Amino acid sequence: MSDSFPLRRTPLHAVHVEMGARMVPFAGWDMPVQYTGIVEEHKAVRQSVGVFDISHMGQFIVSGKGAEAFLNRVLTNNITKLQPGEGQYTLLLSQKGGVIDDLIAYRTSEREFFLVVNASRIDADWEHLESQLTKDVDVMMANASDFTAGLAIQGPKAREVAATVFGSGSFPEHNTILVTMTDNGPMWLCGTGYTGEEGFEFFMPAEVAEMWFRKIVDAVKAAGGVPCGLGARDTLRLEMGYPLNGNDLSEDRTPLQAGLGFFVDLDKGDFTGREALMAQKDAGLPDKLAAFRMTGAAPPPRPHYPVAHAGQIVGEVCSGTQSPSLSAGIGMAYVPLNAAVIGTTLEIEIRGRRFPAEVVKKPFYRKSSL
Amino acid sequence: MSNVPDNLRYRDSHEWIDPMQDPAPVGITDHAQAELTDVVFVDPPKLGTQVSAGQQVCVIESVKAASDIYAPVSGEIVAVNETLSNDPGLLNRDPYLGGWIFKIKPSNPSEADALMNAEAYRKHIG
Repeated sequence: MSDSFPLRRTPLHAVHVEMGARMVPFAGWDMPVQYTGIVEEHKAVRQSVGVFDISHMGQFIVSGKGAEAFLNRVLTNNITKLQPGEGQYTLLLSQKGGVIDDLIAYRTSEREFFLVVNASRIDADWEHLESQLTKDVDVMMANASDFTAGLAIQGPKAREVAATVFGSGSFPEHNTILVTMTDNGPMWLCGTGYTGEEGFEFFMPAEVAEMWFRKIVDAVKAAGGVPCGLGARDTLRLEMGYPLNGNDLSEDRTPLQAGLGFFVDLDKGDFTGREALMAQKDAGLPDKLAAFRMTGAAPPPRPHYPVAHAGQIVGEVCSGTQSPSLSAGIGMAYVPLNAAVIGTTLEIEIRGRRFPAEVVKKPFYRKSSL
Repeated sequence: MSNVPDNLRYRDSHEWIDPMQDPAPVGITDHAQAELTDVVFVDPPKLGTQVSAGQQVCVIESVKAASDIYAPVSGEIVAVNETLSNDPGLLNRDPYLGGWIFKIKPSNPSEADALMNAEAYRKHIG
């Protein structure tokens, strides 16, 4: 057994169990996969609001006179564009240009940054950042992951929930952050999410997590929503075509292959991995992350299923699921560029049989316009 | 509490069979459908297949995972529930009647006696 380490528990573990959640291992944590059902929770987020425990995610605070220059040298997006109170999606790359992690970086003040990183990559990110730090720069790093809890409140009624819980005017607009000091420590309200809906993420000291979670669950339910597990989080993010580190992103592929070039500023000056990206741009991408949708009745595509194009196996499914909004199988796979063109027919091999799929534009799901 | 009809027999892997009918319908229990939630696809067995008791015969898929379905007894698959291909959610809504998955013509009807009765299955899912 590879998973012989005891699973870690968030400060909300007992509350999840009390609320009837089904717990499963995820990235070394014992997390709720669902409370009542993935589809019901998914639809609640699309139609009203849901709350997720994201305490497993990591938080780093990087500060000092040299913090901006340091982060601009290790992250792909241009962090100098951030005003205090603003955040951006960005990537941490290896020297070879592979994705170590994707994260959100906020500038909380002129000389302080708040990074939210993936649970499975906390240690790898930390080691990598430390390895890039030189003695002469004035940068301090603190890993707040162990004593910080997090909640994601997502859905068209997230604003209403924020008003109920924190008072009106407290909702952080998209890609902004509000930091409040309390007797227990800082609280961070971030205008971000992983569902494609309006919403916010709320990080706080672990000891107050249960109190806030209960308060927010009550407000969410009053707004017609439900607490949600990681199952719905996965179907929601995949409907938007958002990558999941470990499935769709790895150190074996660059952000250019993953279709994340928008978050890579090749013109800002040098950063870790830039040289490799420039070389790859010159040589041409070997493959690209394509979004596909099953075109007929088919079992849901799942990670590692073989993907064929013109009769040949050309890749495998990275992320795949049955989309609750579309009632169709959707997924993403790295395939050669000629197979990644919108409209191309692919075949997904499921238990020895091949089922047709079509390469489509992301996101898979769009809110229907009024 | 999940529903466990008295007239059926059960496998520990949560399939039911109605041994009083010939051919005998097979499905998954109310407990199993509640655990799976949101069945989205049923990959049926091939008609005419000879299967032995305990053999994996088909797969049902929920949003979360694919689950193998095993033959409770040996015999020939003589019918599959076509309704499930358009409406896999029927398995959640009506696991014991409309949601049967396939019918099997048992080659050794006494095999069903070795399966759990309702009381034993209730204890099993305790």
